[in-house]
Amino acid sequence: MTEHLAHASASPATNGHPRDPAPAPGGLVIDYAPSIESDKIVQIPARHQLYIGGKWTQPAAGRYFDSINPATNQVLSEIAEADASDVDAAVRAARRSYDRTWSKLSGRERGRYLFRIARLIQERSRELAVLETIDNGKPIRESRDVDLPLVAAHFFYYAGWADKLEYALPGRKVGPIGVAGQIIPWNFPLLMAAWKIAPALACGNTVVLKPAEQTPLTALKLMEIFEEAGLPPGVVNLVTGAGEAGAALVAHPGVDKIAFTGSTEVGKIIARSVAGSGKKLTLELGGKSAHIVFEDAAIDQAVEGVINGIYFNQGHVCCAGSRLLLEESVSGVFLDKLKVRMRQLRVGNPLDKNTDIGAINSIGELDKIKRLIELGKQEGSSYFEPEEIKLPQAGNFLRPCFFSDVASSHTLCRVEVFGPVLTVSTFRTPAEAVAKANDTPYGLAAGIWSEKGSKIHKVASGLRAGVIWANTYNQFDPTSPFGGYGESGYGREGGRHGLLPYLEILG
Amino acid sequence: MKTADLKLPVLKTHKLYIGGAFPRSESGRSYPLVRPGAKKPFAQLCLGSRKDLRAAVDAALGAQHGWAARSAYNRGQILYRAAEMIEGRADSWLALLREGLGLTPAQAERALAGTIDALVYYAGATDKYPQVIGAVNPVAGPHHNFTTPEAVGVIGLIFAEDPDPAAIAARIAAAIAAGNTVVALLPGRAGGLVAEFGEAFATSDLPGGVVNLLSGSAAELASQFGSHMEIQGLTYLGGDHAVQTELERLGADNMKRYLRPGGPLLALERVLDFVEYKTVWHPIGY
Amino acid sequence: MIVNVHDHDGRSQGIAAIPVDAVGIDERAAFFGKRSIKAGSKLDLFYLAIRMMDLTTLEGADTPARVRQMCRKAIQPASPMLTEALSKIPGFRPIPSVAAVCVYPLLVPHAVKALEGSGVHVASVATSFPSGQASLATRLIDVREAVAAGAHEIDMVINRGAFLAGEYQQVYDEIAAVREACGAAHLKVILETGELGTLDKVRLASDIAIAAGAHFIKTSTGKVQPAATPQVTLVMLQAIADHYRKTGVRIGMKPAGGIRTARQAITYLVMLYETLGPAWMTPDLYRFGASALLNDVLRQIYKQYTGRYYYDKGYSLD
Repeated sequence: MTEHLAHASASPATNGHPRDPAPAPGGLVIDYAPSIESDKIVQIPARHQLYIGGKWTQPAAGRYFDSINPATNQVLSEIAEADASDVDAAVRAARRSYDRTWSKLSGRERGRYLFRIARLIQERSRELAVLETIDNGKPIRESRDVDLPLVAAHFFYYAGWADKLEYALPGRKVGPIGVAGQIIPWNFPLLMAAWKIAPALACGNTVVLKPAEQTPLTALKLMEIFEEAGLPPGVVNLVTGAGEAGAALVAHPGVDKIAFTGSTEVGKIIARSVAGSGKKLTLELGGKSAHIVFEDAAIDQAVEGVINGIYFNQGHVCCAGSRLLLEESVSGVFLDKLKVRMRQLRVGNPLDKNTDIGAINSIGELDKIKRLIELGKQEGSSYFEPEEIKLPQAGNFLRPCFFSDVASSHTLCRVEVFGPVLTVSTFRTPAEAVAKANDTPYGLAAGIWSEKGSKIHKVASGLRAGVIWANTYNQFDPTSPFGGYGESGYGREGGRHGLLPYLEILG
Repeated sequence: MKTADLKLPVLKTHKLYIGGAFPRSESGRSYPLVRPGAKKPFAQLCLGSRKDLRAAVDAALGAQHGWAARSAYNRGQILYRAAEMIEGRADSWLALLREGLGLTPAQAERALAGTIDALVYYAGATDKYPQVIGAVNPVAGPHHNFTTPEAVGVIGLIFAEDPDPAAIAARIAAAIAAGNTVVALLPGRAGGLVAEFGEAFATSDLPGGVVNLLSGSAAELASQFGSHMEIQGLTYLGGDHAVQTELERLGADNMKRYLRPGGPLLALERVLDFVEYKTVWHPIGY
Repeated sequence: MIVNVHDHDGRSQGIAAIPVDAVGIDERAAFFGKRSIKAGSKLDLFYLAIRMMDLTTLEGADTPARVRQMCRKAIQPASPMLTEALSKIPGFRPIPSVAAVCVYPLLVPHAVKALEGSGVHVASVATSFPSGQASLATRLIDVREAVAAGAHEIDMVINRGAFLAGEYQQVYDEIAAVREACGAAHLKVILETGELGTLDKVRLASDIAIAAGAHFIKTSTGKVQPAATPQVTLVMLQAIADHYRKTGVRIGMKPAGGIRTARQAITYLVMLYETLGPAWMTPDLYRFGASALLNDVLRQIYKQYTGRYYYDKGYSLD
């Protein structure tokens, strides 16, 4: 282990200084133990079926695909691959359930189911956290301390809305839309399922959910919890599969509303596909969010914020603070501190409680990120990665890194990498910072670090982004609306605003 | 020039309203506004072109930031002023509605009253909707968290050919009440309203470019609205399902916000049709 | 804000008031408790924690006898009973002495005598501890007497009244004067963070103390609640890190008061390790001001070796 601070010291002259009692570093080095969360708590069946109308159903074509553990690239389970006929069956089940059961229940009754689901999730949170980490590759510390508490809180929050919908849009009578087709990504599998399902059910809609093909296991487990909660059959149906199943769901005429979280590229395809159909659509898409640090910031906390902003969840975060904009006057010291902090990050076994950065979700993603890093190097900005971080031999792992001296014209400054890759540029004035932050077709999130309140408000109001974190980053809460401007999509999830995409105004 | 011509009434050519000015179509093209059942045209209208549309979008884009930055109170004052301006030109409006657009006197009175009502309604909405839809969100941590509505940006409005001035006033006012700027196509006979609306907006302290009005052909220009990358929101009121579908498909390229027609004209949710929600977090501590 | 102070040669030193975000500090401070440490490394940390301890008694009722008893424990932290039990364990490493004992100036001679030849330092809380509400002349006499009596280390309190009134030059001058009065003795400057109100002020007081010549900065007297917290300790470590980055000089850190369990001590050491690195993992640069902590660390050492707990009677009271 090399000495931490020496790396960053501009003037490491300690020679004979009277107040330096220990000129030569010789202190104790801490050895962090692998502290592996036991995976005994989860039993993963060898094969998973579709969940349609309250029944585990074999796919019509009898095809299955593998779900892989990204930390080992070993197969976890076989997953049913739904085709258009399976999707049709799921939509019909959702419609039946909507017509006969769910839309007839009172809000209070719907809320009771959701409260019960929230409790069951809390009770089984350890099991769900371990399963999430195995299937997705995210550190157990994150699935345990971030994902799962938010999943339960989301159901709890929307449970309470179910019998208060007359307050959703003041002065207006509202009602459910019908059947919602929901397509979710692989980066926060269970959390995204919660963000989609909870408000839909609270508002009286029924659901056909398609989880990402890379990470279906926790959503499948959620169906067990729904059964345990006694949720009527067909209220939530789950079809697993890849693009084909998703396309069938989007195109199905029996679906009244599509909610999608994923890439902007696919979001555009979906928007074209539903054009003219009258289906309601909400899209939560990609981002290239700016993280602005002013010289009057609390610098040490800003360093933490930047680390959390880009390296949380391996950078597989749509709102990741992937473009660091530093006020030029502090860029030197900030990058020194950032490097020191990055050397502390531990990359490795996601089930290890000491792991800060887990596995990249798939070989395909790893290759894509590596290609973009190579491109960044070719385009000539300077590159840093803490080489002393050891990576496991097997599995999909990558060191955190950043590119500095990046101009707006560099590819990495424009495309969403969706990995632990940060770009760093400098600015001179707040107006320049805002202009650079807005220089993207995306508009999902942004960060601001300054201890000057009036500056924060002025900059926040100038940023074209749906979520602004001032002096913090990557905070989430069920009461807080989330969603983007521009090509980051439309509609909000979370809060009172998150109800509106699942409601029709009746008068 | 023959002296006999001087006895004929001058056939006016109504211009476009772009960036606060009244240019002719750069294309030099025009079309006649003819009242249903009439033989002679009431006026000539500019047949807006693609280039006119682009100029209008540029003007709207240039004006948007400054307009959104104005206080809600100021935006409300200006909308109310526009209502006053129309009221002050009631005779001219009524003549247009009757002789140019063919409304009966009673219909014309109602249309004019509806137009003024719409502007007054939204004049009073600019500082209300943020309170109705904004929120302070009780997050479970040491953070202050609030959500406020903001403008989407440049909004395209394609109206029906059948002129409905109250609807036009309502949709435009609702959009600009929230700080958006507007490029509106009033196609066919509806184009006859460009001049009077332009006059009202031009004389009401509304900054140039906040509202831009084109007359012309929806068949020619609708797809241009759909594919323009600087138009961030679009409403099509022409009622042709094929056009609606085409616009939604084209607009996916820049993730346009669509509003499908429907709902009451005077309602706060018309303002909400074209807003984004911005949520800001800040820690609480010392 | 830049705080301007002048050193005794009249040279101006600008100290920038570095802002601190309290919620960010809370989040970061909470993180260190989540690290899990290898068993062998944990044992090393327990031994290190003992070597970093300033065993403290600061009561009105302190007597020479009480101090002598504590000194005995400082040299030989494990009771004879426990030592015997431990010595039967294969591979057992002897329990080290603590770093220092910390007493009032009047008791320094007794401590010096009791610790002679042991290598355990004598630290004394001079400067009209704990309030510091006496004239500078009186406080300097306090310091000189303690040093003359043989104290190796002086734990002074800053003038919080002057600090909160914005008299930063006065605070600086007093620290510098105490430092001069210390002679060869090392100076620990107590900020009494529990009275400073905000983390921004904790940071500013740290920077002033360091600029004025502190060898160590220390959180608390132990007489005011809250005493040491992970949050204020982290802020002070960040001040030390920045000073090292600028000058290459390593300042020491002493959280004092409120650290009672071995588990807490490990969290503090992980914070130290991840904030300043292994160079600071030595008693020369880090101390725990504590009295109750020692027995819990001994308890955990026994547990590490044997997998079970020794009974309470096996640990001496003082």
